[in-house]
Amino acid sequence: MLNDIFIAPFVDMVEAPDFLMQVLWEGLVSGILYALIALGFVLIFRSSRIFNFAQGIMVVFAALTLVGLFAMGVPAWLSVGLTLVVMFVLAVVIERVVLRPLVGQPDIILFMATIGITLFLIGLGETIFGGENKVMITEELGIPTGDTVLEPFGGLLILQHLDITVVIVATLLVLALLAFLNYTQMGRAIRALGDDHQAALSVGISLQTIWVLVWFIAGIIALVTGIAWGARAGVSFALEVIAYKALPVLMLGGLESITGAIVGGLMIGILEKLFEIYWGQPLLGGNTETWFAFVLALIVLLFRPQGLFGERIIERV
Amino acid sequence: MKDTEGYVTADGRQIGGTLMEMRNITLRFGGVVAIQDISFDIHEGEVRAIIGPNGAGKSSMLNVISGFYTPSEGEVWYQGAKRPPMKPYEVARQGVARTFQNIALFEGMTVLDNVMTGRLTHMNAGVVSQALWWGKARNEEMENREKVERVIDFLEIQNIRKTPVGRLPYGLKKRVELARALAAEPSLLLLDEPMAGMNVEEKEDMSRFILDVNDEFGTTICLIEHDMGVVMDLSDRVVVMDYGKKIGDGTPDEVRNNQDVIDAYLGVPH
Repeated sequence: MLNDIFIAPFVDMVEAPDFLMQVLWEGLVSGILYALIALGFVLIFRSSRIFNFAQGIMVVFAALTLVGLFAMGVPAWLSVGLTLVVMFVLAVVIERVVLRPLVGQPDIILFMATIGITLFLIGLGETIFGGENKVMITEELGIPTGDTVLEPFGGLLILQHLDITVVIVATLLVLALLAFLNYTQMGRAIRALGDDHQAALSVGISLQTIWVLVWFIAGIIALVTGIAWGARAGVSFALEVIAYKALPVLMLGGLESITGAIVGGLMIGILEKLFEIYWGQPLLGGNTETWFAFVLALIVLLFRPQGLFGERIIERV
Repeated sequence: MKDTEGYVTADGRQIGGTLMEMRNITLRFGGVVAIQDISFDIHEGEVRAIIGPNGAGKSSMLNVISGFYTPSEGEVWYQGAKRPPMKPYEVARQGVARTFQNIALFEGMTVLDNVMTGRLTHMNAGVVSQALWWGKARNEEMENREKVERVIDFLEIQNIRKTPVGRLPYGLKKRVELARALAAEPSLLLLDEPMAGMNVEEKEDMSRFILDVNDEFGTTICLIEHDMGVVMDLSDRVVVMDYGKKIGDGTPDEVRNNQDVIDAYLGVPH
């Protein structure tokens, strides 16, 4: 038993490095998507202290809109553009109708409002696009679908072109977001707003503009993840689950931290894959990916309640 | 505008025309009257102080000027025009910068980033060009950075540029807040108790900076202060408030000899 836990898996890793690389690669692909989604959460939380429960349904809604528009005969790339417009309108409407009237309410009220948004979007999505599963328009968007086979260490490493595209696009998006937040005035305004509303107002930051902006960014993230995840799993309301995968990422990384979201996402993506292949399948009958991340997050929280990168909570007495 | 004439101060500085004028301002919170029918003006280039005992309504007045409160009655005139009711961020974009009594900084950000937010009012490039770090946005960022470095130099906080504000001691935080307000190159700078909670040495530093700012940049300053001694040394003209009413207005010497003011500070029963 101890052998199976502590020795055998590592022996396997060393003996078949090509397979280990395959596992790591697949972990990286999911990891970067988790990181992206988690960034969406962090941005909204930092600028408005709202935990955005609707992030998941936004992924579904974006993917559905994209596929739906294409089904109506709109060219693929134009559909992407139009979906972005829809996500922008959604951000404006949410700010106007939900957030603005609730300014200054306790955080829990705003959180519940985002649950309301979730339910509303589920209903709206089903009414407009129907509830049945759809296929992501991967080929029509020109996303390559083949694969490349490498032979490291005399073994076999299969890289799906789709996955490569996802990693590249998601990485670029993450880097762009980081640069935007750190080196532009708008980005600074977003970070500032989360720290102190009053001070933000006094330097000329408009709450409304920033809120629309962060919800729109969350919308863009939703679209990208929707395309990437939808291409693998099909477009259905089950896509929402990917957002819940971001929860342990947030627990791990802390709701405040942008670095935390990125590192946490990658960590969870890779670790859950490693655990599944080397421990889960041989010892526990597989399917550990559904819960591993949460257990990991819980263990981290035991030792660091603020997450790995969260702001330390110090109360002066 | 009734009075746009400037005047010459005791120490020989030329003060410009009226920059801001409060006309019959009244502010009520439910049944409580925080400010009662107060009028005064602020001239370009002067250091104007609002003083008064605790609860006199000084901070409320500052909040009216900076748009955080909308007056129940009365008019605010700014740069020769009547100002419609405005949100605080709109007032900020008109060139009114402020600091807060209880320091309102962005604790998680570095000193440099905090001061950079002061430049937000000068941001013209659109979101898209900012997102792409391109063209106008790029030049603007460089230009902003230069101006900010000048302010940082001026207030002698170069050595803490990269320190997160949350880690700084109180006196320095106050200075960073001043830096952020200055970075906006304001036409009117509002300081809410800039010396509150400081020791003598820090107070002297702060007074020097305030005078230097006024001198060097010609910035008009309106400040609230508790400490009578400090105020009298700093300011060109002083408004005295007590229980929401104006009880005195004039040069420090005039105010010092005003019987109502003396009574208010010594606590003559009302």
